[in-house]
Amino acid sequence: MEAVIKSRQLQKALQAAFPYTIPIFASFWFLGLTYGIFMHVCGFSFWYPMLMSLLIFAGSAEFVAAQMLLGAFNPLQALAMTLMINARHLFYGISMLDKYRGNGWKDLYLIFGMCDESFSINYTAQVPPGVDRGWFMFFVTLLNHLYWFSGATLGGLFGALLQFDTTGLDFVMTAMFVVIFLEQWLQSRQHRSALIGLGAAVLCLLIFGADKFIIPTMLLILIALTLFYKPRKRGSAL
Amino acid sequence: MTMSLTEQFIMVGMVILGTMLTRFLPFLFFPVGRPTPKYIQYLGQVLPLAMFGMLVIYCLKDVSLLSGSHGLAEFLSIALTVGLHFWRRQMLLSIAGGTIFYMLLVQYILV
Repeated sequence: MEAVIKSRQLQKALQAAFPYTIPIFASFWFLGLTYGIFMHVCGFSFWYPMLMSLLIFAGSAEFVAAQMLLGAFNPLQALAMTLMINARHLFYGISMLDKYRGNGWKDLYLIFGMCDESFSINYTAQVPPGVDRGWFMFFVTLLNHLYWFSGATLGGLFGALLQFDTTGLDFVMTAMFVVIFLEQWLQSRQHRSALIGLGAAVLCLLIFGADKFIIPTMLLILIALTLFYKPRKRGSAL
Repeated sequence: MTMSLTEQFIMVGMVILGTMLTRFLPFLFFPVGRPTPKYIQYLGQVLPLAMFGMLVIYCLKDVSLLSGSHGLAEFLSIALTVGLHFWRRQMLLSIAGGTIFYMLLVQYILV
């Protein structure tokens, strides 16, 4: 009897979660397939996008990881780069401190799978009454994870069968970051930090060259942002 | 690829470690019910934009302004991506449009 109630509860949570993830399905399959094909074009077998999409589950970091795998062996830069790219997750975590606690073992998976999309849904969605919030958030995260994983794996496999010339497909990464950048720009009231990011990167690229400019850029960004920090101002720090 | 399989495992391991650190650290550092430091809140607001600005440049780091098409393909394709995004503001359309345009440019026109 208890098992029946439990499985009803799970079914209800899954049914409530699924509609929220439909747009993510479209976007993750497009980007996941592209990521898999991109990995294939870069010369990686499908195991790479498959395992990386499963274990990293952070889109931008995975694209950059591919670039880094093609470059020189530099674990410290890989770590620093990932920390900086995904630094925003720190702040998602800060917003989810209450929601991602008290759900038992599911908390671990929820935090592991806290990509931009899972965060946005789980942070904003109105969980219908009678639906278990923990399981709802769990299914949102799981579905997103599955979309990304299956898309990337299929792309990696399917990339081998592609008959058309894929030269230039790697531009998808540039286009993706341009659009994300533009979206954040349009949604933000202040543009100083955007310009600091662009400016610091261009400056350090000119000084340090293409292979060594990332860490100086990240330091410069942190320093510049810290200089503009006004601790005494109450409320919004901007 | 110039790396050995072990080196690749270490590199991917670092990316996994870095990602997990950014996701788990807040839950370890900030106990329930205590306010988050103001400086951390500030960074949360301003870092993402700077990060994505840096990533755009990172993608373009190997573009040579002195040889080949002098970055013309990249410039035109980014302009189209931005234009599409202002027009429809649909992420997938902008990304797909810009990428396909770039592929056509480098394959047929600016070879």
